[in-house]
Amino acid sequence: MAVFSGSDLTCLRGERLVFGKLSFAANPGDAIMLRGRNGAGKSSLLRLMAGLLIPRSGQITWNNEPIHSDRIAHHARLQYLGHQDAIKPVLSVRDNLHLWGQLRGVDDIDREIDTALHALDIHHLSRTAGRYLSSGQKRRTALARILIGHADLWLLDEPTVGLDRESSNELAHLIADFRAKGGIVIYSTHIDLAVKEPVLLDIDEFAIPMIEWLKDHDAPADDGMRSDPKRAAQ
Amino acid sequence: MHRFAKPSVFLKLTAPILPWLAGATAILIAAGLYFALFASPIDYQQGDTVRIMYLHVPSAWMGLFCYVGMAICGAMSLIWKHPLADICARATAPIGATFTALCLITGSLWGEPMWGTWWVWDARLTSMLILLFLYLGYIALVNAFDDPDRGSKAGSALALVGAVNVPIVKFSVDWWNTLHQPASIVRMDGPAVDPSMQLPLALMILGFTGYYFVVLILRVRLELNERRIRALHLSGMFDDNAQDAEPYDPGHNAETSQ
Amino acid sequence: MNGFTAILRRDLQLAMRQGADSVMVVAFFIVTTTLFPFGVGPEANILARIASGVIWVSALLAAMLSLERVFQTDYEDGTLELLTLSPVSLEVVVLGKVVAHWLTTGLPLIVAAPLMAVMLNMDTDGFVVLMIAMLLGTPALSLIGAIGAALILGARRGGVLVSLLVLPLYIPILIFGAGAVEAALLGMSATAQLQIMGAILLLALAATPFATAHALRQAME
Repeated sequence: MAVFSGSDLTCLRGERLVFGKLSFAANPGDAIMLRGRNGAGKSSLLRLMAGLLIPRSGQITWNNEPIHSDRIAHHARLQYLGHQDAIKPVLSVRDNLHLWGQLRGVDDIDREIDTALHALDIHHLSRTAGRYLSSGQKRRTALARILIGHADLWLLDEPTVGLDRESSNELAHLIADFRAKGGIVIYSTHIDLAVKEPVLLDIDEFAIPMIEWLKDHDAPADDGMRSDPKRAAQ
Repeated sequence: MHRFAKPSVFLKLTAPILPWLAGATAILIAAGLYFALFASPIDYQQGDTVRIMYLHVPSAWMGLFCYVGMAICGAMSLIWKHPLADICARATAPIGATFTALCLITGSLWGEPMWGTWWVWDARLTSMLILLFLYLGYIALVNAFDDPDRGSKAGSALALVGAVNVPIVKFSVDWWNTLHQPASIVRMDGPAVDPSMQLPLALMILGFTGYYFVVLILRVRLELNERRIRALHLSGMFDDNAQDAEPYDPGHNAETSQ
Repeated sequence: MNGFTAILRRDLQLAMRQGADSVMVVAFFIVTTTLFPFGVGPEANILARIASGVIWVSALLAAMLSLERVFQTDYEDGTLELLTLSPVSLEVVVLGKVVAHWLTTGLPLIVAAPLMAVMLNMDTDGFVVLMIAMLLGTPALSLIGAIGAALILGARRGGVLVSLLVLPLYIPILIFGAGAVEAALLGMSATAQLQIMGAILLLALAATPFATAHALRQAME
């Protein structure tokens, strides 16, 4: 049994069926790359994995424990990078990162922030207020956030947006380091990120036409009605 | 999983009930109105004005009843995450708001001959006014989102918060009222209700409750069918160019025969 | 507890850097209160009679003015998503943000209230009770208001909507807050009113963080 796995996941957003019967499994050191057209549900899947969304059906487990049975434990082991960088314009890069270290209960926050900033080559910006950062620098600050504190799982939603080729390579190195330490990385990207042997998960394959799904799920309730000869005659 | 399955059970179960319920409601209200307007005695103090009570009291009852219903739906949505509960709460709100408004209007009409003024800050009327505000807040919230699901869920949470608040509001308004207005004003319900008034009152309350369920069922059915249409639209089956779209057997959707 | 202080410190830090918010709330409170003499006339007796009610209504409106932004900016820039995903329970996060909101808006109002009471010719007998009542009432306003602020995330016209949702819920606080001051002015004991306000505050403290956290999780879905 894999450490982090999901089985038979169906995701419904509003009335829109995003994907269905999707399964995945990852062990320490694995990387999963999500692929799919726009609207296929890459972000939704990552949000499901993070526990922000609850799947319509199916279950996501960590060491055979459903992630929703202990939310806090799951949050403690994961680092999530969404579309937004969550950077406050009036706070310096260091102050921006400080909160996340505190919330994770990191002991030596300043040292960890220094390490993270060096790793992303933005240490010279540590006293710069968020409002003066370029979008690439903001993204790198957001990436620095996921280096702070211990984690076993990275969920990265389009981490390369706004990054130049050089920073993308740095990110690839960070991912390699994290995997070497036994971390699981699940990410979506539409450009090539030099990650070694990722498992490909093509979400398009799990797209179910709404029509089939409706049929499947209407059927049981209709049985009685369809077999009713009087109604059939109407 | 139950998202579409259970609603179709709802559609199936309510279809045969609806005509009977509608008929019973019509009879109850007709009988209630007959007794209220013709076959009940006039009040020795209030004269014919007392007949307003037969609308006013059932409306007040319905205003509260609908809010309790909304709160129960909200709790069900919270605990079981059942989509039907959200839809029911959403369908109840405008009905409850209308009855509450009706209660305020009839109260005002009743108050004019009684107190010589259209509005009195009577504890009960004031509480009903605040209840109307709670309804309006709920309706505004539910309709303020692009995603109707998000609106319904937010509304359910609000209905629960409101339900916790209603007794506190009631208590505080009563307290405020006794402080500011000595009890010289004639109470709305007057002296004990005469037995001859009880029958039309009971008929009207039953009739209004029946009316609520008829409208609720109709509104929920409408909403469910609307959702289904939206889902079908999103599925792309109405795309003219789609070659491979399978025809979808509408099955129980063909309930236009009702 | 660590998470609570972290959130509180961060929000206070943000309020300091961005400034304006507290000042604007107090300014709004003072301007609104000064409108009443223009409306009802400057007669000292009338003003003294309505002072407690006017101050409470203005405080209610001022506290509500700042509610919309309690979660809105965090929601828009993605911070709220990360807070939801942090290994601290969301209820604690909510409490931290609400306390920060109260410190930056409720507390300044309490300080400004006696000033407005003087201007409205309120008898000095009511001052202490007014301050105590506001000390009990304004935290409850922040706690209850936070539910509304969380519910409207992602809605159109959030600002107006939050008033419509929250104001009816504020009525008990208004009744007992103004009632306490009036009792004191009449030379009666305001203990009963203050006790009820304390009870409302405790109830709000116990229940609202859960409702707010629930609403926030919904907004994140």
